[in-house]
Amino acid sequence: MKVEAGHSPTSPVSIHDLTVAYNRKPVLWDVDLDIPEGKLIAIVGPNGAGKSTLIKAVMDLVPKASGKVMIYGNTFKKQRKLVSYVPQRESVDWDFPIDALGVVTMGRYSRIGWCKPVRKIDYKRAMDALERVGMSDYARRQISQLSGGQQQRVFLARALAQDSTIYFMDEPFASVDAATEKAIVKVLSDLRSSGKTVVVVHHDLQTVREYFSHVILLNMRVVAHGRVEDIFTEENLKKTYGGRLTLLSEAVERMARH
Amino acid sequence: MIANHSISDSRVSLPSLEQIVQVLTLEEYNTRVVVLGVMALGTAAGLVGTFLILRRRALTADALSHATLPGIAIAFMVMVALGGEGKNLLGLLIGAFVFGCIGVLAILGIRHTTRLKDDAAIGIVLSVLFGLGLCLLRIATELPNGNTAGLNGFIFGKAASMVANDALTMGVVALGVAIVIGILRKEWTLLCFDEKFGAVQGWPMLWLDVLLMAMVAIVTVIALQSVGLVLAVAMLIIPATSARYWTTKISSMLIAAAIIGCLSGWLGGITSALIPRMPTGPIIVLICGFWFIFSFIVGPVDGLIIRQITRLRLNRRISMQHILRAMWEVSEDTETSQFSIEEIVYVRSWSKRTVSKLLRRCEKLHFATRVSAKNWRLTQKGSAEASRVVRNHRLWEVYLITHADIAPTHVDRDADMIEHVLGRDLVAKLELLLETPALPKSPHPVGEQQ
Repeated sequence: MKVEAGHSPTSPVSIHDLTVAYNRKPVLWDVDLDIPEGKLIAIVGPNGAGKSTLIKAVMDLVPKASGKVMIYGNTFKKQRKLVSYVPQRESVDWDFPIDALGVVTMGRYSRIGWCKPVRKIDYKRAMDALERVGMSDYARRQISQLSGGQQQRVFLARALAQDSTIYFMDEPFASVDAATEKAIVKVLSDLRSSGKTVVVVHHDLQTVREYFSHVILLNMRVVAHGRVEDIFTEENLKKTYGGRLTLLSEAVERMARH
Repeated sequence: MIANHSISDSRVSLPSLEQIVQVLTLEEYNTRVVVLGVMALGTAAGLVGTFLILRRRALTADALSHATLPGIAIAFMVMVALGGEGKNLLGLLIGAFVFGCIGVLAILGIRHTTRLKDDAAIGIVLSVLFGLGLCLLRIATELPNGNTAGLNGFIFGKAASMVANDALTMGVVALGVAIVIGILRKEWTLLCFDEKFGAVQGWPMLWLDVLLMAMVAIVTVIALQSVGLVLAVAMLIIPATSARYWTTKISSMLIAAAIIGCLSGWLGGITSALIPRMPTGPIIVLICGFWFIFSFIVGPVDGLIIRQITRLRLNRRISMQHILRAMWEVSEDTETSQFSIEEIVYVRSWSKRTVSKLLRRCEKLHFATRVSAKNWRLTQKGSAEASRVVRNHRLWEVYLITHADIAPTHVDRDADMIEHVLGRDLVAKLELLLETPALPKSPHPVGEQQ
């Protein structure tokens, strides 16, 4: 991939020469791309390719070794109100003493502000969000009583309750039931038709064509990115998943050792 | 007067009725100070402890309390060096607070700079700082001007040394803790449930965390005098953990933990006043422990009894479904629709006694009736219920064979395990998937199972 000199200030997410390392071991090399506005974008790549790390680095959740990220031409810090995040389901303790509505209300916390209690309007917005993912009947259910797919939908509803412009979702389709998959797909297409930009870390190659319009093929570096029909080719997938990267990963291993 | 005992008097005497009344009404000044003080402490510890538990920092708090000891010793030495007597309580507690915080920072430092896991980091910090504290305390006793008598009291607590001001401090701290939690409940809930999500929203997660640990440190420090640093952590952990067995909501968990902490303080305070020479701190902790065991057994959320009841109910439902299916299958191919206990015993691996017991229950529920001395028959109601059970069972069997690649000979056992929890919606899905007739034939000869 060629590094572009100019980035668009109108791009919802513009990533410039981003490199991320954990304990001196690089996990992302020189990622440089503009994410198009109002599209459904999948980030696809093998395990350990840095898919989650990429979206976490964009949201300042992991430190960048170098490079910068612009959200609509400004830093993430200034634009964070525009961003919603759906973390991996396993990242929290589902035994926590809270009900589904309580979790979804968290999406409203930054609007409520410091030290103020949750208002009626926030509960209403949270209920609307639960409705959109087909979970309004479970609003008062303790979260440990929900199935994995239902928990995933609660997470999605929490992001919807934020009502933002850009959505980052980390493996929302991972081990969910058919009903949840359908609900998520519906939400994705709703978001697209209302002009939101959605970036999804995705592991299932079979459904990329069906669910997404754009794709970023990632394996520590960006192999290719663009419209699914242009980029999602067998050749590019081979480059992403195939053995061509052995030299690179060996170099990384050595760097970590020294 | 009850506080009037000589040190050499080692009998533990039972209190008289008069003494009990005296203690319960907090008539005596010392008792009043101690009991009110530890009640406030228990309340504060229960509130902060709830978030501590939800943040999974129980052991960090333990290290924190042990780390206060060198702080106490150093504060003492500094005050003596400055020409004071060295026993200024506020000075000692400030030293304790500072070192408690140093302990927490040391744990975080080890966690972030080495490959050590949390438990190892906590173990190292806890033991090293406690050891350092014991040594420094020894050095402090050698100082020419200092009067160290009573410093050891911080290790295991010495409630008797409390004065009205101490109880007042505890009350103020408890009130302060309650106010801060009232204000930051939402923020701390976010911190404990999903830190990353909060960080993306722009909440200063690090500072919320620091503030939470600072509150833990404050509560620990005011617990030193009465409960002692070795056991202080119990006050933070146990009421909150017990509260979890009573509720699934964070707001009611806070209230429950505060009540349990307060009650433990009250009971501990009056018990130690009634039984002379019993140390207050350990008694409070023991009472906390009692609350925990009580909650763990009878608590409605995942308590031992409720779990057993649920399990027994399920078992009962399963054996009921088994006997219904057995009756149905035994009489399925016979002309008379009658069967004997022996026939049931033959198809199931139950004893004759179990079968007769289950049959009696069926009779009670009007599922089966006795037609002769030996023979039984399903009633209309029983027939309907049994055919539903059999149908679910066979649907599941067929599903396992056709969709899950399980050999027909193994199917019955697997079908048995899961069919009892199939809901109506799942059965509907199975029907749709398998497009089977109303009642599929059993995929294996009925009656050969063991």
